[in-house]
Amino acid sequence: MSDVFGIPVAVILGQLMLGLVNGSFYALLSLGLAVIFGLMGVVNFAHGAFYTLGAFAALLGLQLLGINYWVALVAAPLAVGLVGIVVERLLLRRLYRLDPLYGLLLTFGLALIAEGSLHQVFGATGESYPVPAALAGGVNLGFMFLPLYRAWVIAASVVVCFSTWFVIERTRLGATLRAATENASLLQAFGVNVPLLMSVTYGGGVALAALAGVLAAPVVLVNSHMGSSLVIVVFAVVVIGGMGSILGAIVSGLALGIIEGFTKVIYPEASNIVVFVIMALVLILRPAGLFGRE
Amino acid sequence: MKLRMVILATAAALAAASGGRALAADEVVIGDIDDMSGVYADVMGAAGVEVVRWAVADFGGTVLGKKITVLSADHQNKPDIGAAKFREWADQSGLNMLLGGSNTGVNIAMAKVAAAKKVPLFNIGPGGASLTNEDCTAYSVHYTYDTVALANGTATAIVNAGGKSWFYLTADYAFGTQLQAAASKVVEGHGGKNLGAVRVPLGAADFSSFLLQAQASGAQVLGLANAGTDFSNSLKAANEFGITKTMKPAALLAFITDINSLGLPAAQGLYLTTAWYWDLSPETRAFGKRFFAKFNREPTMDQAGAYSATLTYLKAVKAVGSTDPDKVMAELKKAKINDMFTKGGYIRADGAMIHDMYVMQVKTPKESKYPWDYYRLVKKMSGEEAFGPITGLCPLAPK
Repeated sequence: MSDVFGIPVAVILGQLMLGLVNGSFYALLSLGLAVIFGLMGVVNFAHGAFYTLGAFAALLGLQLLGINYWVALVAAPLAVGLVGIVVERLLLRRLYRLDPLYGLLLTFGLALIAEGSLHQVFGATGESYPVPAALAGGVNLGFMFLPLYRAWVIAASVVVCFSTWFVIERTRLGATLRAATENASLLQAFGVNVPLLMSVTYGGGVALAALAGVLAAPVVLVNSHMGSSLVIVVFAVVVIGGMGSILGAIVSGLALGIIEGFTKVIYPEASNIVVFVIMALVLILRPAGLFGRE
Repeated sequence: MKLRMVILATAAALAAASGGRALAADEVVIGDIDDMSGVYADVMGAAGVEVVRWAVADFGGTVLGKKITVLSADHQNKPDIGAAKFREWADQSGLNMLLGGSNTGVNIAMAKVAAAKKVPLFNIGPGGASLTNEDCTAYSVHYTYDTVALANGTATAIVNAGGKSWFYLTADYAFGTQLQAAASKVVEGHGGKNLGAVRVPLGAADFSSFLLQAQASGAQVLGLANAGTDFSNSLKAANEFGITKTMKPAALLAFITDINSLGLPAAQGLYLTTAWYWDLSPETRAFGKRFFAKFNREPTMDQAGAYSATLTYLKAVKAVGSTDPDKVMAELKKAKINDMFTKGGYIRADGAMIHDMYVMQVKTPKESKYPWDYYRLVKKMSGEEAFGPITGLCPLAPK
């Protein structure tokens, strides 16, 4: 095959594919963040911790209760989403009238507590979660060997991302949610239970993080630190997409995964900062983000 | 009102700073600065502090009639934090000896403090051989293993088994680059070829891109010059992407905790080099049993090394009848080390502790008969073979 800019086409196609896989995780995680920020105005720094909790819920479910991957895919996000609802009811709710900074501090503190506790109980090394039998193996695409599981991650996250976008932007429930952010008291006057709506929104956003955690469990070692490095990147993705923009989170998540993938070939040492360089450029040129409204 | 608050707060802060620990002439103080909460926390970590306390208790709790105190701190993998804590203990807490935990970068920073404050530093966790070469000091002892010994063990075994062409996945910091350099030298020395390397940022979320580059190089051997979670995640992805079907992975540094996390199905057949393994002799098994009873896992070579180093230091203090750093260092460089960690070990002029190293191969699930039965001994290397000759880069040890 031929070369493009001195890089073999096979390598380009391979990195494109891997970029999509990693971008799927970014999209799924930044989606939850964007939902929570867009509808509630909360900067949820605990997002990485909920992602970790999702992976641990799947791992413990398997080890202690024999719950298989497919059940965990539904049960773990539900369980972690419930934890999120409790957090919203007991703690976050008290801070809505204050500066968003307080919500950020609270969720950051919660993340540290959650990670510290997991570290205390499970150590730093982590444990392996087996790839489900139905998705073991892979297909040879000619330019690379694609594990079936990674293909599944792309498919699952694209479906989840676009259904979430559809629910929020195109359904009556979504319209009500968006109305609550515009003017909560007016909506309440119409007889809508806004506090319940907030709880469900936070729980839903958190459940998306947990779902990403379950999807990641067979790919990486399940350990207490898995979320903390990811959450910073995901925040950058959300800023690039435009804080609170659902579509922005999805599109920039996938795009940044791909850009990061190419950086890994061209100049690997920069692969962990390229997202932040782009974030800085976007903030300078278009402060509201690529899809954000001024 | 506000002014009073400020004065009160300042006073409180000053009291906390000075009253933290009083200088005490009637105690011998041993410190342990390590990654207690990050990616390397299971390699030595809090369990490492505990085994240092065991060593102190086994020694009798006192030396020269003085009580032995153990301090510990988390360096968070940040060289500035490690060096600052070391300096603080040396200035304010009467520190007599420091054990340096994981992370070559932090240990290089702490070595400079050891030289300035004249406090013996036992580097237990770091791999970088520069600690006994360009970064050596008169007060440093590199105790457990180094990048040269790892390369001499693992790379030699693999090249001799036919793995002639190598591509490296290298952690992008002092440790990774030193490990890659050491392995490249061994590969070339044995008639092999180095086809390239990709430097991976520490703690990368995904390794598959790097692995495909390795595969595209056409090399026979995938040299993993990384450690901890990075090592486990890169090997896991190599299995998943079928890389291990065309390339033979080489674990240039793997701890038993990593093998346990990966599980034998993913790690089987891997060659690795270790300074210590719990299932080598009745003595090592006894230490393993004691450790297992407390932590429900077998100790790493670093944890065994931390125990041994503490005893080695205390024996030297007892032998010279003083904690004077120069006298203790002179004694340390004369003594033979015989305990559960090593037999006939000795500390060379450049600070390297020369001792036997073991080349191991990870067992298959079938070969493994009982819990933590993970390694098959391939070769026992003598200390001289493992650590190689003095290079002359350390001014204390001319060639």
